[in-house]
Amino acid sequence: MQQHHDMGGLPAGPVERAEQDHAPWEKRVDAILRLLIDRKRRIMTVDELRRGIEALGPGAYDELGYYERWMASIGEILLEKGVITVDELGRRMAEVEARWKEAAEQKLEGAQ
Amino acid sequence: MSAAFRIGQRVRVRRAFPPGHVRTPFYARGHDGVIDAIAGDFANPEELAYGRGGELRRALFRVRFAQRDLWPDYAGPPQDSAVIDIYEHWLEPVEEGSP
Repeated sequence: MQQHHDMGGLPAGPVERAEQDHAPWEKRVDAILRLLIDRKRRIMTVDELRRGIEALGPGAYDELGYYERWMASIGEILLEKGVITVDELGRRMAEVEARWKEAAEQKLEGAQ
Repeated sequence: MSAAFRIGQRVRVRRAFPPGHVRTPFYARGHDGVIDAIAGDFANPEELAYGRGGELRRALFRVRFAQRDLWPDYAGPPQDSAVIDIYEHWLEPVEEGSP
């Protein structure tokens, strides 16, 4: 059976050739992966990253952006390996979300 | 390095569709090509993808395919080709003169 990500040769529309600027969080995801795969740590491999992306399935694979796929895969692989726990990840995500919400509200107040 | 195929040899990509992490593109499976170059021996990504060491190392070949073989409706010039990196365990020899 053809796996969803294995889409070489299927119709895909035009290729966008413009240079793309990356958001700070995207650069951070890139840096996190480099640290996880480097020779010193070898916590995961790019092959595992790809396997995790391929396992996203048709829905998430198409909807998520490039670095969002990386982030989803890195999270799964680190859970599998016991580097982080579901509880840790859930609490940390809630913390970050609250921090961002607060920052957005302050920005809004500042604009008024 | 003891590569199973030599440059210029005709090979066929195995028609296999296992689940899991596979580097052999779907569109190349079952097609014939010619060994263009021998890239070297590498840890097997099908194993590395599951956190294993990838031993033993596998020979990786650059295999050249005619675009018209890969895509029945290919409209470009007949000499157009595609070179795909394929691991030794995905290739089989093709006897000269066989269909």
